[in-house]
Amino acid sequence: MKLRRSMLFLPGANAAMLSTAFVYKADSIMFDLEDAVSLREKDAARLLVYHALQNPAYADIETVVRINPLNTPFGLLDLEAAVRAGVDIVRLPKTDTPDDVRELETQVERIERECGREVGSTKLMAAIESASGVINALAIATASKRMVGIALAGFDYVMDMQTERGDGTELFYARCAVLHAARMAGIDAFDVVYSDVNNEEGFLKEVDLIRRLGFNGKSLINPRQIELLHNAYAPTEEDVDYAQRVIAAAEKAEREGLGVIALNGKMIDAPIVNHARRVLQKAEASGVRQ
Amino acid sequence: MKIVKEALAGTLESSDLLVKVAPVTEERLEIVIESEVMRQFGAQIRKVVEETLAKLGVSAGQIVVEDKGALDCAIRARIQAAVLRGADQQQIEWSKLS
Repeated sequence: MKLRRSMLFLPGANAAMLSTAFVYKADSIMFDLEDAVSLREKDAARLLVYHALQNPAYADIETVVRINPLNTPFGLLDLEAAVRAGVDIVRLPKTDTPDDVRELETQVERIERECGREVGSTKLMAAIESASGVINALAIATASKRMVGIALAGFDYVMDMQTERGDGTELFYARCAVLHAARMAGIDAFDVVYSDVNNEEGFLKEVDLIRRLGFNGKSLINPRQIELLHNAYAPTEEDVDYAQRVIAAAEKAEREGLGVIALNGKMIDAPIVNHARRVLQKAEASGVRQ
Repeated sequence: MKIVKEALAGTLESSDLLVKVAPVTEERLEIVIESEVMRQFGAQIRKVVEETLAKLGVSAGQIVVEDKGALDCAIRARIQAAVLRGADQQQIEWSKLS
């Protein structure tokens, strides 16, 4: 069960950030070759990311590359670079239909075979950025066995919906649709970036909302947001205490060969045990909420 | 790979480097390296530059590197980007880049 709370965006053309980002302790690092890179730097950024991915400093960090869409002159070259360099996950932007994912998967498999990489070892993520993508979210989330997550991208989505970013009302349906699709597919769901990096209060308010909705985490654009996010996702002491008792009760029931788990006279079922494991995993990763 | 025109890649920001390549009339490589960390890492930088050029099959051209403390991975990427631009190369042979 990989913990994916924070996915830190790094501009693919920025050598300094690519050389140091492994120190930030994000759950996943996402090298961006799309919107953060100007048209004339696409070639150079692709090479920077290609070599950064092979830097041993990133060996123990989950790496993601956001490629350009495959219908641009850059998308396929980005994909070649990312897969050949050993990226863990390819993030496809502007995913409108399940065919977008299937086309990506076909190309990924071809590249894996050509470069000798284990077929199936490259995982996929789709970013939903349009009304079409939201409506097709479940079909997109289940389009490939390689899919590990779907992310909502707010800026293009609100433009497509002819509205603007506000208090979150404008994203409510999309958030719920993406989240339900992810849960049905058994994959992770990521919320939009919060771009006002100096507004800590606003960021935490949004994180509280998406955590309660059920999102696994959030795409981030500034390393300062990582610790705030991890703390907001950390369980309370009471949560940890209860989770430990649930796991102890489950282990006791298993030792004694009992089919039913009970704690304080109440029956506990498998989803509660799974939730308790996730609580303890988060506590192990970042302690209890401060 | 033959350098047929002048080209640049990279920046002069910290942890990056700027690479300039240009064609030369004689069949030889002219490599000039300036670095803020020349005393400590000059030999390593030159080694990475020469290895990267050799893999690309570049045997002639002027290569000027202004290093601002870049890691080896950034040096490789910037040299390759400048050479590919200077060679007007659209096709990428990935085996020559790793």
